[in-house]
Amino acid sequence: MSIAVDRDQAFLASIRRIADEVAAPNADDVDRNARFPAETVEALRAERAFSAYIPDEYGGGGVSFEAIAAACFELGRRCGASAMVFAMHQIQIAAIARHVDGAPWFEDYLRQVAREQRLVASVTSEIGTGGDIGKSIAAVRPGDDGLATFEKQAPTVSYGAYADDLLTTLRRAPDAEPGDQVVVLTHRDQFTLEQTGTWDPMGMRGTCSPGYVVRATFPIEQVLPTPFSTVGTESMVPISHILWSHLWLGISTDAFDRARAFVRASAKSRPDQLPPTATRLSQLMSELSLLRAEVSTGLRDFTEASAGDREALSTMATILRFNNLKIAASEQAPRVCQGAMSVCGIVGYKNDTPFSVGRHLRDTMSACLMVANDRIHQTNASLLLIAKEV
Amino acid sequence: MGSSEASDVGERIRQVVREHGHLPVDVATLGDDADLFQAGMTSHASVNLMLGLEAAFDIEFPDAMLKRSVFQSVSAIAAALAQLRAAAA
Repeated sequence: MSIAVDRDQAFLASIRRIADEVAAPNADDVDRNARFPAETVEALRAERAFSAYIPDEYGGGGVSFEAIAAACFELGRRCGASAMVFAMHQIQIAAIARHVDGAPWFEDYLRQVAREQRLVASVTSEIGTGGDIGKSIAAVRPGDDGLATFEKQAPTVSYGAYADDLLTTLRRAPDAEPGDQVVVLTHRDQFTLEQTGTWDPMGMRGTCSPGYVVRATFPIEQVLPTPFSTVGTESMVPISHILWSHLWLGISTDAFDRARAFVRASAKSRPDQLPPTATRLSQLMSELSLLRAEVSTGLRDFTEASAGDREALSTMATILRFNNLKIAASEQAPRVCQGAMSVCGIVGYKNDTPFSVGRHLRDTMSACLMVANDRIHQTNASLLLIAKEV
Repeated sequence: MGSSEASDVGERIRQVVREHGHLPVDVATLGDDADLFQAGMTSHASVNLMLGLEAAFDIEFPDAMLKRSVFQSVSAIAAALAQLRAAAA
């Protein structure tokens, strides 16, 4: 028990160091130039952070899921894009590690990630599915000699150009229904990316997520035996919502910290008077605590649900719970950042002051689009017709 | 609980699947153990199926039973209904 705790603490200490010493000084340049946070990713690789969640038996760090979530928060405080790259990689790793179920190719793959610190990106969204990741158009097409191929039109692939491997959702076979999906892991020497758009977005600019046509040829063992209906419901969707919300909380916390620094600076200049912005900061603190409460109970509920029969994660009440975490956190995070801007005023609005929160606001405004909240509300509306206790 | 009653339940389940499952194939062509999701039932249609079953059999599925595996096939649904009846008896 204490070894596990020590391990988590050592991991988080290294993440905090990378966040402070590498991610923070590069965050503005990454944002301004919409460039990949290569320094942070190299530092994470050097600390073996890409295999942190992989169990010991495969040579990984064996840290807890709570520690991975805390790492997303810590990175988010310093550079939202770096945190998002880290979070998305961990989502793919967690999905494989939790559903490997003795598949030999995937067990070897986890060992390979631990050895080589490979960065994994995902290709889950697809043009023509209306934003529903539970449906695919592209399919696994069996070919000769045990090889298969696919071609998928992806509207965005975050850090695709920098990834060593891709995890792609596809229909199981050319004649399979849209919801009969599998996940396929392909290496860089097995796939090609044909970029189909530009990347000049409002926020999360360092994730470098243009659209691509992804094509791959791969041995059939690289199809995960567990179907995506299980992997998505029991792992990929709830884990995405938890890790994303942790990094959104990290960004919002830094925006709050900047607002507090601004108020303290005003107070120091006139120690006898409560600065007028101090009351607004107090109001902002309660907005931040709402976000923090939802994020931390979301993590706790997931840990509890994962501890027993993991199929409990597929009940409608549980799906609603983690969908709600995503909606609530994605709406609250930009609210906190905007509140921080109103505390700081013009020095918060400007991009080059110690109190700038423009990047924070822009980064968190992506949250409601990452799986559009409207789509999640549609799903929830349908589930609420049948779920009893939520 | 004769086998005729069991097959009657199976037929009523198939009727609800036919009305609410929105399958691209006729449910009559599927075996009792065939995977309805693989046959093309969407998540949205599965909610309609659950509502349809609650109405047709005058029951309520508790939250713990509201998951994919319980509605995956005609036989899985029949087992869930039997479990609910046993609990009510």
